[in-house]
Amino acid sequence: MNLSFARPYLAMLRVRCSTLLQYRAAAFAGFLTQLFWGFFKVMLFTSLYMQNTSPTEHPLTLEQTIGMIWLAQMLLGILPWNVDREIEHQIRTGQVAYELLRPINLYSLWFTRSLAMRLIPTLLRSIPFIICLFFGFIYIPCPSWSAFFFFFASCFMGLILSAAITTLVSISLFWTVSGQGIQRLLPHMAGLLSGLTIPLLFFPTWFQPFLNWQPFRGVLDLPSRLYLGILPSEEGMAVIIFQAVWSLLLILIGVYAMRSRLRSCVIDGG
Amino acid sequence: MDRLSLFTKIKNTFRLIVHFAKLHLRAQMAYPMSFYMLVASHFLGICLEMLAILALFNQFGQLAGWSWDDLAILYGVMHMGFATAELFGRGFDTFNLIVRTGDFDRFLLRPCSPFLQVALREFQFMRLGRLIQGALALIWGLSTSVAASTLLSFWPKMALVFLAYMGTSCIFYGLFVFQATLAFWTIESLELMNITTYGGLEAGQFPMSLYPHALRAFFICIIPLSCTAYLPIAMLTGHEMLSTPVGFLLPLVGVLFLGISACFWQLGVRHYSSTGN
Repeated sequence: MNLSFARPYLAMLRVRCSTLLQYRAAAFAGFLTQLFWGFFKVMLFTSLYMQNTSPTEHPLTLEQTIGMIWLAQMLLGILPWNVDREIEHQIRTGQVAYELLRPINLYSLWFTRSLAMRLIPTLLRSIPFIICLFFGFIYIPCPSWSAFFFFFASCFMGLILSAAITTLVSISLFWTVSGQGIQRLLPHMAGLLSGLTIPLLFFPTWFQPFLNWQPFRGVLDLPSRLYLGILPSEEGMAVIIFQAVWSLLLILIGVYAMRSRLRSCVIDGG
Repeated sequence: MDRLSLFTKIKNTFRLIVHFAKLHLRAQMAYPMSFYMLVASHFLGICLEMLAILALFNQFGQLAGWSWDDLAILYGVMHMGFATAELFGRGFDTFNLIVRTGDFDRFLLRPCSPFLQVALREFQFMRLGRLIQGALALIWGLSTSVAASTLLSFWPKMALVFLAYMGTSCIFYGLFVFQATLAFWTIESLELMNITTYGGLEAGQFPMSLYPHALRAFFICIIPLSCTAYLPIAMLTGHEMLSTPVGFLLPLVGVLFLGISACFWQLGVRHYSSTGN
């Protein structure tokens, strides 16, 4: 198999990754912030569970809820909450014209950038949590090795899915005004629909079918459920297929949207 | 300037604020569609986050004895206070850049207080999105909460809520000032301080009685968000036994907090030695 077509994108991935690796101090500050949010949410849910006034049975045990909270804080870097500043700048200033002159595919280039933008923060931010886990400061029970394996695989797919969402939102910036709106809404949508704000199972039952089919779920909620055994490992393959189908769909929409927009693209400025 | 009476000074300051507000508004309205889109998406985003709280009510029935109708008042006051502080106080947000580039030297040369100059750098009118969302929640709470309708009659109730709102925005504004002042020593912006602003908002929108004593004490003595929002509203809705005058006086702690942060700012300015050349 001839892989030479992938070489520029791999080079881009490497360059972006090493650039992003420089922000280690920021990642450490981020870790402390996440530690705070994690403890805050654990405290909140613990006292909610203690008050015993619930009209219905809880969808998760307290231990599972706490596990969900810590996994969400640990994997926060995967969340598709922002777009690449440089892409935004390129679109606003019209520099994207230079990018179009290059003999490489613009979609793949932006996808690679988005992937690097999710991969490195995820690594930098999860490592301190893994150390905490190792020394027993926080405790997230994992039922079996196969659950852990599928968790790992679905995290990887989650990264790809997240990069696909990020690239699509970057492309939406070509539609200046609505793109701005989508970009502003993105962190709130991603937070709520991926299960970061509260675990998705706490939403009312009539809302669950919608939550089950939307793509943000594949970023954080599904890997966490696999890790904690809320979804048995037998469903691991189904989860990965779910993530792959959404990734493919969003990539196709992105490619199509970019192509149709670039056909009528007007570059202002000289 | 010294010969001007205090009254004239206040009048001039006020005129300057209005003038800058108009300038910022005109600049941000240069692309009206874009501006409305920003406000609308901000509004929608906050609505989405509120869905999570509503889901918690659906699941747990109540939060520490508070119904959603009661909590909506507290939620509204907190978010309106935060939005107001953000609208007027975001000039302090990127202040570390001014220190780092040495631009603050120029601020000191102008015949106007540096505090006012930094404050007037930026008004973010898109924060109206959160303000409107908070106001809607507040109106919902005030009109449906049964508990809140028994203790006080209409006008005193409005006055209490207004005081709580002003006190809360003073605290958040004060926190922005604190965060900016630290840049005199650190040069860098301190992301960690976001724990106090966003964390304070997140924690303060729930009843304090959910938290352990240490955290409750923190929100009374150190960042007194409890004094300005939780305690007065809990008094109004009958969740904390406080005498009415105390409930009315507590939000003034917010003004005190803002005053302390302004003093800290003065200390920072005195400490400032230029980084530029």
